[in-house]
Amino acid sequence: MAKKPIGPVRRDFTPWESGNAKPFIEFRNVTKRFGDFTAVDNLSLTIYEREFFALLGGSGCGKTTMMRMLGGFEEPSAGEIFLDGQNLAGVPPYRRPANMMFQSYALFPHMSVERNIAFGLQQDKLPKGEIEARVQQMLKLVKLEDFAKRKPHQLSGGQRQRVALARSIAKKPKVLLLDEPLGALDRKLREETQFELMDLQTELGMTFLIVTHDQEEAMTVADRIAVMDRGRIIQVATPAEIYETPNSRFVADFIGSINLIEARVASRNGTVTRLKAPNLEREIAVSQPTDANVGDTVWFAIRPEKIRLGFDAPQNGTANAAEAEIWDIGYLGDVSIFHAKAAEDLILKSTVANITRTVERPISWEDNVWLSWDEDAGVILTR
Amino acid sequence: MVDTAAPGADVEAAPALKRKRSLGGWLLIAIPYAWLLFFFLAPFFIVFKISLSEIAVAIPPYLPTFDLAEGWQGLRENFAAFSFENYIWLTQDALYWKSYLSSVWIAATSTAITLVIGYPLAYGMARAPAAWRPTLLMLVILPFWTSFLIRVYAWIGILKNEGLLNQALLSIGVIDEPLTILNTNAAVYIGIVYSYLPFLVLPLYATLEKLDESLLEAASDLGCPPWKAFWKITVPLSLPGVIAGCFLVFIPAVGEFVIPDLLGGSETLMIGKTLWSEFFANRDWPVSSAVAVILLLILVVPIVLFQNQQQRASEKDA
Repeated sequence: MAKKPIGPVRRDFTPWESGNAKPFIEFRNVTKRFGDFTAVDNLSLTIYEREFFALLGGSGCGKTTMMRMLGGFEEPSAGEIFLDGQNLAGVPPYRRPANMMFQSYALFPHMSVERNIAFGLQQDKLPKGEIEARVQQMLKLVKLEDFAKRKPHQLSGGQRQRVALARSIAKKPKVLLLDEPLGALDRKLREETQFELMDLQTELGMTFLIVTHDQEEAMTVADRIAVMDRGRIIQVATPAEIYETPNSRFVADFIGSINLIEARVASRNGTVTRLKAPNLEREIAVSQPTDANVGDTVWFAIRPEKIRLGFDAPQNGTANAAEAEIWDIGYLGDVSIFHAKAAEDLILKSTVANITRTVERPISWEDNVWLSWDEDAGVILTR
Repeated sequence: MVDTAAPGADVEAAPALKRKRSLGGWLLIAIPYAWLLFFFLAPFFIVFKISLSEIAVAIPPYLPTFDLAEGWQGLRENFAAFSFENYIWLTQDALYWKSYLSSVWIAATSTAITLVIGYPLAYGMARAPAAWRPTLLMLVILPFWTSFLIRVYAWIGILKNEGLLNQALLSIGVIDEPLTILNTNAAVYIGIVYSYLPFLVLPLYATLEKLDESLLEAASDLGCPPWKAFWKITVPLSLPGVIAGCFLVFIPAVGEFVIPDLLGGSETLMIGKTLWSEFFANRDWPVSSAVAVILLLILVVPIVLFQNQQQRASEKDA
């Protein structure tokens, strides 16, 4: 049987799976220390041409340091960085074929929008006509033709963000570095801009590297995500793989919401592993392959939307199920979140999409319900 | 709240839209105005009045003088005696316009030299590690703890023929005979640059310290080497500080008296000195008053420009 795809397939672009694709950006055992603090710890990473790659992690995880080392604003304490085959050691920022969009935008306040965008092109000593044409093209791309003569302080936050973007792609760099590019925008605008960024990246055919602490943002825009924690990369995978098959409790917990149940491996029978959680009556059957042995302590991880909620016990007496009492309900409009108490020290979260406007028999506080899930709904985590 | 009440129905309860200034508020703003009135405007009118008078051998040494005992008639005669003769005199003797011109020239040159020395100083301070900055700032302000007059006197000891500077240069063999610096224009430049350097460094430092370092990173990122980024980013953005600092040096330097008097020579022509000799040596109060009024008018132009620039800068910040 062919491997079932996980999640939506964005496009036919998976150079990381081919094994012989040429790496475009390569971090080789890179370490960066600031005094006693190790920001990036012996980290290796490969990014491919035309990829939209996201570095995701909490504050202080080293993601910004990684980007600043690629941009040339910090030198690694150890290790090497290659860009398109070139070792970047000792190359100053103004000679690197990478452009950065700064978190603060860093627009030159004394220059108009068009002069900001032209700045990088002027450094390359391009002919005047060409610079003008390119600036016009960029203004059109970010829909700011009418604001060319304005100064940055006369623009809104969203417009400033566009100027910063236009300025950083005007030179058509090999890599565009985006440092929390949408952090200052409100939610609506941020969502719109995320999709625009994706379109832009496909259109320009550049390699984009984005740094963000916002998992939704990373999952929306990126081909692959590296989840970072304390200077190390915990998992590198596509958004869907990160979400559906996290490799650790850290990743599972960091991305989205998850139920984690500590359990022991009771038996392994072919593809199905059965787990026994001390506080659940029934065993949990999991079809996800695992290298855990019988008797090992593991964690069963299941996303709240994969737990079904109902008043009636499942027909099949051996299916994954647990009886529980509704403890808390959160109504979010599109979904409702139920906290169900399955045991004294085990509250499971279940999200139910509100697919109809009215409900025949609404679930309420203190109702006794049945939670159930499929064998392939959850994964076994060993760390 | 939607105000639908009939007019007058809710007058006392509703907070007044145009808040009336309380008595305390009026008093508060009255104090600076009273200060300006009594210590600036009134003296100016007295000086202006004297400048329209005529020199006389009397106490005070000019005519006419007001005498309230003479009543209304006397006052009118007084006004009739006023004339602009002293101002016309200022245009007739070359000494005066030469003094004005020389003052402006010396002040402008000193300002330029102060800027050349002060900019790197302020830049270095702003780029120094944050922990050092308060100390560096302290060092710039430290000279103010000693009297200005004493510091200028100290320069006599340094610059005179057998002074510290000449002795040092002679002992290391750079020169064979002492340089004559004291009592020349060079000494005046040194004195002005030394005395007014902090006035340029402080506003400039304040502007440079605020400069967002990510702008320089962005310039570098876009292919601009650091020395070029300095001219394209740092210098234009520090211009408000440069202008403020230059005005703070130029305006007082034009009317400077102590420095040219103590350090300058007989050929040093500055309006402050001319005014002094007119007042104390010639005892010609009316002409020296006219000199002062014209000096004020000359300085009003840069002062207004300075005010304008400050206002624009603060509007931009807001």
